[in-house]
Amino acid sequence: MTEPAVSAAPPLLVVNNIEVVYDEVILVLRGVSLEVPQGSIVTLLGPNGAGKSTTLKAISGLLRSEDGRVTRGSISYHGDEIANSEPEKIVRRGIFQVMEGRRIIEDMTVIENLRLGAYTRRTRNLTDDMDQVFSYFPRLKERTGMAGYLSGGEQQMLAIGRALMARPKMILLDEPSMGLSPLLVQEVFEIIRTINREQGITMLLVEQNANMALRCADYGYIMESGKIVMDGTREELLNNEDIKQFYLGGGGERRAFKNLKSYKRRKRWL
Amino acid sequence: MNSSLLGQLLINGLIIGTLYGVVAMCFVLIYKSTKVVNFAQGEFLLIGAWTCWWLLVRFELPFWAGFPLTLCFMVVFGIALQVLVLRPMIGEPIISVIMVTIGLSMFFQSLMGWMFGGFPRPYPQAFSTESIDVFGLQVQTPYVMSMVISLVIMAAFYYFFRFSKAGLAMRATAFNQQVAQSLGISVKNVFAGAWAISAVVSALAGIVIGMVNGVSSALSFFGIKVFPAVILGGLDSIVGAVVGGLIIGVLENLAEFVDGQYLHIGNLYSVAPFYALVIILMIRPYGLFGTKDIERI
Repeated sequence: MTEPAVSAAPPLLVVNNIEVVYDEVILVLRGVSLEVPQGSIVTLLGPNGAGKSTTLKAISGLLRSEDGRVTRGSISYHGDEIANSEPEKIVRRGIFQVMEGRRIIEDMTVIENLRLGAYTRRTRNLTDDMDQVFSYFPRLKERTGMAGYLSGGEQQMLAIGRALMARPKMILLDEPSMGLSPLLVQEVFEIIRTINREQGITMLLVEQNANMALRCADYGYIMESGKIVMDGTREELLNNEDIKQFYLGGGGERRAFKNLKSYKRRKRWL
Repeated sequence: MNSSLLGQLLINGLIIGTLYGVVAMCFVLIYKSTKVVNFAQGEFLLIGAWTCWWLLVRFELPFWAGFPLTLCFMVVFGIALQVLVLRPMIGEPIISVIMVTIGLSMFFQSLMGWMFGGFPRPYPQAFSTESIDVFGLQVQTPYVMSMVISLVIMAAFYYFFRFSKAGLAMRATAFNQQVAQSLGISVKNVFAGAWAISAVVSALAGIVIGMVNGVSSALSFFGIKVFPAVILGGLDSIVGAVVGGLIIGVLENLAEFVDGQYLHIGNLYSVAPFYALVIILMIRPYGLFGTKDIERI
């Protein structure tokens, strides 16, 4: 398995064979392992219900508020065990999750949302940070009303901007492309790359839009029903026939619908 | 028609209304951030007023020492109540939580009755009780003081929720607890903070009323009067709480006027807010400023 060049140093985040159980009974993750090297963008792909969001919440600690728990395995960040820690402690350590569906605070203004992003920081003077956010997302600067009235794309930008305000070392992005027009998706992904390059913020990106995500990422993992079934660098995954078939649409030669269906049935990774 | 009496009663209504508004804000603060309907709100006034009285009369502390001590005690009291009683109730059905707060209300009322007796006790003189002239109407100085204090509290609330980090965190928690957690806000601390603020400010209102009327178990009746105010304003709106409080205060005194001049039923003023409560619940159950999809209590 070829690793990206950055992996000479020990990875920033190592998820080792974790099992997550909701409500003490429902087993959602059945041994997930992944590594996120410092400064890289790693993407986690897979169909609905595979457990991608659960993996992110296991890392950020937000599982706790959903009655979920990591029952086995370990999550180490900078070499320290963080599985089942409280979410506010994990934010303070530098991991910030941008939740699925943007989840900005609708009855607050853009500025108030941004100020809350910096909640865990001691500094009182946030103008530099805000200017930086506005330099990535200039259109947010003009919006003075309630954040609930922003368009979907602007809300996503605000959610990412809010994460930047915390000056995190790592951002967990849960489906930033959700509900956005193709043009906006492109814009958002470009900004994600730019932020990664300029700020050196490590990103773990969960996506349905496999094409976009793989093009943006250095390394990818494919998840199905609670397990990692495949992983590889961007090039490996983009050139893999199965990935082309299932995630990138088309690929290879055209097939009759009938054959395709039976092919799909046979070729599960499990 | 006795217009000077009407004017006098309207002024009284506004003054008492701002106090209702303050207590209603405290109630809404707890409801909004922790989703607990606090039936023991009136007991916060009672406990605060008795504690202050106790420090001033039994220990003969000067007002400038006894008053801040009381407020400190109320901070501790509010946090302790949240941590020891309400925190274990998180996730329980709303009706159980309501039962707990009703239980707390009865417990503290009896406790105060047992400790301090059932008779009203006056505070040592802190302000002169002279009247001052407002547009030709006589208003007692303590009333003016209480109005000023109420307005200061309201301005402080506005500042707190608009500009302070803790206030923003509280609003974020009210919006969505998981979102708040994802921002690094400790929801536990926010809950404790909401109860602490609510207890302190209620106690402040209790002391102010105690200055005017003396301390007695009647103070806890404020907690019940607050219901028409918050239902009218909308259970989850701080602005609504203030407006509702003012309206109920004025309404109460108008009822007194109508009753005294024309109807002669007696005590109409103490039931009028509850008639209003019933009517509001029938035509606009979410209140003037409240969110529409709201819990029925």
